Amino acid sequence: MTSHSAFERILEPSGRADPYPLFAELRKTPVARQEDGTYVVSTYREIVELLHDPRVSSDRRNRLSTDEAPDMTPSFIGLDPPEHDRLRRLAMRHFGPPHSPGMVDGLRPACLHLTTELIDGIAGKRQADLVDEVAYPLPVAMICRLLGVPEEDEPQFHAWADQIIETLGPGEEDRAERERERQAVGLKLEGYLAGLAEDRRRQPGEDMLSGFMTYRGPEGGMTPQEVVSTAVLLLIAGHETTINLIANGMLTLLRHPDQLERLRAESGLIVPAVEELLRYEPPVQLVSSRVALDDISIAGTTIPAGSPIVLALAAGSRDPAHVPDPDRFDPCRARNEHLGFGGGVHYCFGAPLARIEAQIVLAELVRRLRGPRLVADPPPYRPSPVLRGPRHLLIEYDGVDPA
Amino acid sequence: MKVVVDLTRCQGYGQCAFLAPDVFTMKEEALQYDLDPGDEQREHVLRAAAACPVQAIHLDWTATRHLVEQRMAAPRMTDGRIVIVGASLAGARAAGVLRRDGFAGSLTVIGDEPDEPYDRPPLSKQVLTGQVPPDHTRLPRLREVEAEWLWGTPATALDVAGKQVRLADGREIGFDRVLLATGTRARPWPNEAEAALEGVHTLRTVADAARLRQALAARPRRVLILGAGFTGSEIASACRELDLPVTVVERGSAPLVSALGGVIGDVAAQLHREHGVDLRCDTTVTALEGDGDGRLRGARLSDGSTVEADVAVVALGSIRNVEWLHDSGLAAGVWGVACDAGCRAVDTNGLVTDDIFVAGDIARFPHPLYQYQFMTLEHWGNAVAQAEIAAHNMVSDQAHRWPHLSVPVFWSSQFGVNIKSVGVPTFADEIVITQGSTAERRFVAVYGYQGRVTAAVAFDQGLWLEFYQGLIERAAPFPPEFRHVDRREPARPVPARVPERLVATAEATVVVTGHDPAERRASLLHTPHS
Repeated sequence: MTSHSAFERILEPSGRADPYPLFAELRKTPVARQEDGTYVVSTYREIVELLHDPRVSSDRRNRLSTDEAPDMTPSFIGLDPPEHDRLRRLAMRHFGPPHSPGMVDGLRPACLHLTTELIDGIAGKRQADLVDEVAYPLPVAMICRLLGVPEEDEPQFHAWADQIIETLGPGEEDRAERERERQAVGLKLEGYLAGLAEDRRRQPGEDMLSGFMTYRGPEGGMTPQEVVSTAVLLLIAGHETTINLIANGMLTLLRHPDQLERLRAESGLIVPAVEELLRYEPPVQLVSSRVALDDISIAGTTIPAGSPIVLALAAGSRDPAHVPDPDRFDPCRARNEHLGFGGGVHYCFGAPLARIEAQIVLAELVRRLRGPRLVADPPPYRPSPVLRGPRHLLIEYDGVDPA
Repeated sequence: MKVVVDLTRCQGYGQCAFLAPDVFTMKEEALQYDLDPGDEQREHVLRAAAACPVQAIHLDWTATRHLVEQRMAAPRMTDGRIVIVGASLAGARAAGVLRRDGFAGSLTVIGDEPDEPYDRPPLSKQVLTGQVPPDHTRLPRLREVEAEWLWGTPATALDVAGKQVRLADGREIGFDRVLLATGTRARPWPNEAEAALEGVHTLRTVADAARLRQALAARPRRVLILGAGFTGSEIASACRELDLPVTVVERGSAPLVSALGGVIGDVAAQLHREHGVDLRCDTTVTALEGDGDGRLRGARLSDGSTVEADVAVVALGSIRNVEWLHDSGLAAGVWGVACDAGCRAVDTNGLVTDDIFVAGDIARFPHPLYQYQFMTLEHWGNAVAQAEIAAHNMVSDQAHRWPHLSVPVFWSSQFGVNIKSVGVPTFADEIVITQGSTAERRFVAVYGYQGRVTAAVAFDQGLWLEFYQGLIERAAPFPPEFRHVDRREPARPVPARVPERLVATAEATVVVTGHDPAERRASLLHTPHS
């Protein structure tokens, strides 16, 4: 099927393990029209331009096609300013600066404690699945703790989140069906969170959900529906992505044993190394929910008003016109400006938390695992081309050093 | 450790404030930070710098902007003698770039201030509120620049023919190429006796900031600020943060009018008043009055009223430090030193010089986006960008020189609002609010001149300015008429109410002398300025 465009081949599961040659092909046409009318943008400069272009909307209700099922109440990721700004500010109030500046940094000890427990958990063995045993439980526990979700509900969460993730993505053929599936799961998750939020309203704690329910400022607070949609967003975006960041990260380090040794010797190197991982193997490969509000001329192409736009972040971060030697994994890369967390007003809300978790867990894995090696390369991948990462990451090792 | 943030690049993502909350703080988009945090903050600062999405945080060792290798490969002048006159932001940055680019010859940097270069933006903000001590504002060494740094030695003359800079102490320093980057100084209160009263301040240097900080910390009964430009407004904001009563006297109809026009000026006036500033517009101070012991007691205003204040800050703009070039033959005067787009100085005949370069607050260069009008820009980002271009051009042959064509960008933070501007807002006849709302103090205003976009100003909406910068660079039609997010009301352009352009030549006259081509010369008739 040579007639398939580079982008169509990226969407096919067979391309999941190594999409980067396809991304390189994609970049030859910086703004590429697909048969279904979607415009795929793959070069760094053009992606950054569109991330800052107010003619690009994140609100699905601006799409031309009207045959899709009505969406769940949109969370701020699916809204434009001013609604986006208001909701994001209200959420940020309980998460970061200016009102809660030390909140995320203050989670370090808890994150290290959880990490230590998880790695202790694989200490008696010679083989482990780093996704199931480390990369998954840590971010889920952290986001649940932040939001105020009880520990015993975490497994149910993971199932719901997985189901929602797998229905995301570009492609018009089966969109309606995927929307319906997503909505069905979404309703269950929403129902659960609505109940939890109501509990927190009556008995507020220190968690974000309590903050969302109780805060009222000069511009009001969140409605109960907004609380639920924000919580759904943070739960899903806040753990699926970080799982992939950790798993992609360990996979990359195990493929570069010399760099892994370096990291073991210089603990401070983990900070730039995580940035490089975000550039080199980003968990969010595509942003697929944007739409042109007006005709947009860019890189010699006009994107007509109403067209869906896909921003291929993973392709942009490896654009040789932006990064020297982009296909090389270099944990010491200077001035690493990448698209790992997107850009513009929708820049990843949870980025600081993801960074802290990845830095701590990767540093501890590198420090404590003796002689780690991959059992299968490439490992099996999740189906999503949007949030890309291994389903399992089996490793063998000679032992685990004490914490 | 030394930290400086390139706030021209900063877009307010706030990652640094998350990761190093004791060093970086943000109110909405207005970033403040400690430039010299203690060693216990080192790890936090490293994490913050790595996480900055636009890589705007510069630390001890961070050099200048990243350049693609092939652009660096051009032939270079690698030895000889280079002298930089002016050891502040532009001069220091140029020195770093020269060494980065492989200049291995002798490098002398001449500065009139007694110590290493420091960063000025914090002086009117967090230094005054006491969040950052004055001595924490030193700039990071852009790298350990190997140069002879002559502190506290003002230059007094430039001998173009003899290729020498003369210093106040009588020394003469020879050069093959020289960069002029002497910057500006605060414009003092014209009445010397009144200016000498105890309690009367200007704010330009780190020493000024230290003195004013001390005066504010003593909790004066009222602070009087003369002038509501950016500096005056920022000082008023700092005073209100300290809960000090403030009166601001402004000659124009509103604060910031001379930079941003009357429409945005009105928004700024509301900001002042909402924060409790006693703002008197269309008014000037006619006299500062002392008590019997030489201390400031108050001021008389042009409307006949009086203000009682024990601290006054004269914030009436700046004077370019170009007097030392008076007899150099360069086109230098109160308006700056004329140069071409490659930062090469122009002499009074309009001839471009080969070996004399200009950068920063004194460089008056033609900008094609603004009808090749010669302009000087007193912006942090301009000092940095122009210094890099000038340094590059100083060691490059003519086939590899770069023009300084960057679109002007500047920013200010006051009353918790981050104000950022691209383009030249005074180069406008109309203005339209495209995004957000002025009532919420979160908006983008776009400026147009004769049907094209020439500037944009954002209040806490800095992330969008890149887009508007693109419109300016492409001379897009004004008013912009596309559909976009966050349009609250139909876009209706109104007069921008920018001040009348002052003609700089009012201060000097050019006469042409001589009869034959070898004699024929233009020269400047200088008139003393107040």
